[in-house]
Amino acid sequence: MAAIDLRPPRLTVGPLAWVRKNLFSTWYNTALTLGVSWLLYSSLKSAALWSQTEARWGVIEANLTLFMIGQYPREELWRIWLVIYLLAALVGLAWGTWRNAARGFAVMALGAGAAFALICFALNWEAWINWLIADAILLIFFLIGNFLPYASRVTVVGWLLYFPAIFLLVAGSRHIAALPPVEMSAWSGLLLTLLLTIVGNLGSLPLGILLALGRQSKLPIVRYFSIGYIELIRGVPLVTVLYMADILLPLFLPVDVRPDRVIRAMVGFILFEAAYQAENVRGGLQSIHRGQYEAAHALGLSGALTTALIVLPQALRAVVPALFNSFISLFKDTSLVAIIGLFDLLRIARSVIAQPEWLGTHREVYLFAFLIYWGFNLAFTYGNRRVEQALGVGKR
Amino acid sequence: MPKFSYVFGLLVVISVLLAACAPSGAPITVEVTRIVEVAGEAPTPVPPPVAGGERLQTVLDRGKVICGVHGSFQGFGFVDSAGAWSGFDVDFCRAWAAALFNDAEAVEFRGLSAQARFTAVQSGEVDVLSRNSTWTWTRDTELGLTFGPVTFYDGQAIMVKKEIVSDPTAGLDALEGANVCVQSGTTTELNLADQFRAANVGYTPVVFEDQTAAFQAYDEGRCDAITSDRSQLATQGQAVLANFADHVILDLVMSKEPLAPAVAQGDDKWADAVHWVVYGMIQAEELGITSANVDSFLSSQDPVVRRLLGVEGELGSKLGLSNDFVYRVIKLVGNYGEVYEKNLGPFNLARGQNALWTDGGLMYAPPFR
Repeated sequence: MAAIDLRPPRLTVGPLAWVRKNLFSTWYNTALTLGVSWLLYSSLKSAALWSQTEARWGVIEANLTLFMIGQYPREELWRIWLVIYLLAALVGLAWGTWRNAARGFAVMALGAGAAFALICFALNWEAWINWLIADAILLIFFLIGNFLPYASRVTVVGWLLYFPAIFLLVAGSRHIAALPPVEMSAWSGLLLTLLLTIVGNLGSLPLGILLALGRQSKLPIVRYFSIGYIELIRGVPLVTVLYMADILLPLFLPVDVRPDRVIRAMVGFILFEAAYQAENVRGGLQSIHRGQYEAAHALGLSGALTTALIVLPQALRAVVPALFNSFISLFKDTSLVAIIGLFDLLRIARSVIAQPEWLGTHREVYLFAFLIYWGFNLAFTYGNRRVEQALGVGKR
Repeated sequence: MPKFSYVFGLLVVISVLLAACAPSGAPITVEVTRIVEVAGEAPTPVPPPVAGGERLQTVLDRGKVICGVHGSFQGFGFVDSAGAWSGFDVDFCRAWAAALFNDAEAVEFRGLSAQARFTAVQSGEVDVLSRNSTWTWTRDTELGLTFGPVTFYDGQAIMVKKEIVSDPTAGLDALEGANVCVQSGTTTELNLADQFRAANVGYTPVVFEDQTAAFQAYDEGRCDAITSDRSQLATQGQAVLANFADHVILDLVMSKEPLAPAVAQGDDKWADAVHWVVYGMIQAEELGITSANVDSFLSSQDPVVRRLLGVEGELGSKLGLSNDFVYRVIKLVGNYGEVYEKNLGPFNLARGQNALWTDGGLMYAPPFR
């Protein structure tokens, strides 16, 4: 008679069990785990050692303002903070108004603000107060949004007004004493990168929708113009379009009409991106079943109303991933403005490396630039997921 | 319906072609006589649409100089942590602003890439280019630029690890069989081949697309030596190399690289203003006039000093500037030596050829009279 086995059963839950099940289940999995761990260790060890001993992180601290706003006048810094406060207010308002739909994003913004405040506080930078104020504004407007009448409409109008407001705040105006104009040549750093991204995307989407509709139009001139435009722009590298906008455009315009280079770059981005957005949107238009058009006609909707109310909402919903894809790709493409002499985040980084007191710090500086780009793209992809969930892309 | 649209499109194309061709079939003789008449009536040449002939007045009306500079070159042109422009080339832009407006900050800087820099001058985007650009035949003639006085005499040099060659006066034969890092597609690469062939010394070129990559490879020991402009070897060497003191830059000069400011060709008045500001800075150094002591020179009895600083004579107004333009430049920016020390001093870049002619260098200003 066999002895009764009195040992407890093997663990099936908890971290140890997870490790055993996923990392050491068979001899080859064990070998793989050990091998990869050794590789990770040996490659990360020197990197960690470098960042602790050799790296001169002072270069980031000394130039943080330069990275963020470049050559924007330091005494006008409060305008940038105001832009951030307005954003916090609108996010809070959206959270209070729409609750679940906006909660994830608002909580993330709140967390980011708190994290920045903590980092600044730990490093003894004054900016921690500003981040706390931003968080406080977000919470206050969350409460306001809960009780506001017509909250939904107010929030939508607020968001629509926000983007012109950014421009007014950053650029200033000759007619407002409190906001003296800031020359566009001073717009640089992360500020310029974000402005180019926002303007490029917001400007190119409507143009892209028009081109996509035009390409499907039955009117030959409209259709051939759209096809010609899209194929021309898609067949040209972005660098060429930027050079065109920067160098050739002034040759065509009258001598006294000289739009600023930042505006020219923005126009270049909008024109370029519109061709791609048009193809994205066209993909969505083609996914709409013929029955939808016929049903709309049967209901007596005109062609324009069919497009605006039936086709476009469905088409745009279908291509949300593609639209965000273009958004992210444009965000990274903005670094190409360096070749036409604008100082975006990456160009500022290269200039920082050239400062005599920080020679030889290219590793630190590029790593920092990488982290900024990566952080923003994480936020964008998170926004993408939230929008897809809210619209039920791929589910309905 | 689609067929109709094709026919329509074809009609449009044909009619456009016909319209374009029609005049060529018209009587040619009439056209020619008219052209001759017009040419006789209007002898004044049409000014170029953008460059113009009155750049100096344009700049004065605008109230600031637009100056093309390098955006990220150690010591020559970069943005400091306060967001202000700094560097050797940048200070010349300030000098022109000081001469024109008595305000060294009346400058709009344009950070230009190597590819865009000359186009920017040609198209009139920038008034003047001060971006370590070598004065060459092609650029002076075919590209339509006018170069000013040389602000920095550079030259291709070679840097070696001290363990291989420790004597800076050594010749190329000390590098027999060495691996030399060089940037591809540059005149540097061609000069390297020429010089080693002329000296009949064997070597292996290790070619890189990018300057920084070449320096990093050199630092990692993939080559025994690296070649580039002397100023770049000194500045970038200190930026990239782990231990700059372990390397030596040989005295040998492998090519001439005179770096000078450039303006668009065909506007002598503006070019003169740009040139004489630089000469004024060189002349001031020769006379010992610095930003600190310039005021004490105002009461000097030396006629050379008095003319230079505009105390007497009308040198400035003949250029279209104020008579005291050199005084302004020296007061607000400094003389040539001060600008050199301030920007290139931290790199221990010896003056060498850039010393005044009185000290055995090449810096020489024509007389101010």
